[in-house]
Amino acid sequence: MSEVIVVTSGKGGVGKTTTTANIGTGLAKLGKKVVMIDTDTGLRNLDVVLGLENRIVYNLVDVVEGNCRIKQAMITDKRCPKLYLLPTAQTRDKSAITPEQMIKVLDELKEDPEEFDYIILDCPAGIEQGFQNAIAGADRALVVTTPEVSAIRDADRIVGLLDAHGLKDHEDLIVNRIRMDMVNRGEMMSIDDVNDILQLNVIGAVPDDENIVVATNKGQPLVGDDSLAGQAYMNICRRIIGEDVPFLDLNGKGGFFKKLSSLFKGK
Amino acid sequence: MSLLDLFKKKGSSDVAKDRLKLLLVSDRANCSPEVMEMIKNDIIKVISKYMVIDAEGLDIQITSTESDTNNGSVPALFANIPIKDMRNSDK
Repeated sequence: MSEVIVVTSGKGGVGKTTTTANIGTGLAKLGKKVVMIDTDTGLRNLDVVLGLENRIVYNLVDVVEGNCRIKQAMITDKRCPKLYLLPTAQTRDKSAITPEQMIKVLDELKEDPEEFDYIILDCPAGIEQGFQNAIAGADRALVVTTPEVSAIRDADRIVGLLDAHGLKDHEDLIVNRIRMDMVNRGEMMSIDDVNDILQLNVIGAVPDDENIVVATNKGQPLVGDDSLAGQAYMNICRRIIGEDVPFLDLNGKGGFFKKLSSLFKGK
Repeated sequence: MSLLDLFKKKGSSDVAKDRLKLLLVSDRANCSPEVMEMIKNDIIKVISKYMVIDAEGLDIQITSTESDTNNGSVPALFANIPIKDMRNSDK
């Protein structure tokens, strides 16, 4: 049976699409069969982050409107044979799909003889129709936030809506874009601070890594490579499939002064 | 407490944390700072009928408290009202 995971955040620009791309790719690298669905109709971007933008023929709206079969709209990722993308329409808006239609699409995928392990939904920002569509058929939610007041506030609001939707205790938090240099100076909230405020299970913490920008430029998710962010994303994937993986030291290799100051701090 | 903490000023992350905690409480309770101010003024009015209180030192906030039912926390109105004199000043 496939597990449907929605990646959501409330606030825009915190890294939902990047997280979806990396987690989808990472799970496929771990041998799982994965479909990623972009639910951000009108502002789709999962295709470009994955480098699959030139391969789109049909999309999710075509599927719900009966213009094509679901398999015709699914793009296979050549680099990763177990990975599929179901893009959405770029020239339509969120009202083109209803939550009921979304659930129908998910049911069809769940019954597919290929037996997908995971269906990952990239949710749009906001709490309107696009969000309602994305969470409609979800079994589990990954809430992405950054250590900023605005993003955490929005994440809290989203958690409230997910709770009301029946996903309480099926929500995990991903703290994205952490800058350990700032955390160490006391100028950025730490993972513990965020955890303390939101009281949600932290399934992963991803550093603000310039390799992410490079990966997005190329359209190649970096999950699983030896960059800090690549390792952090792969650890999240392992935790999703139920492995117990210790948290990465986001401080990286660290210089002499960092070691000296951690000596003083007794860490 | 480490050696460095002694010299460290309060970083902006602590400010962010404090602001967020208050913000989330009012978001969750759906209660704005203006409404809180109105509640506060009304409380002062009512209590002042019976005793002399320190209106300046009065602190009210909505916090969360453990709920016995439905396994979660529920919002609670917390008020700290310093009493200057137990007798009514009007008498």
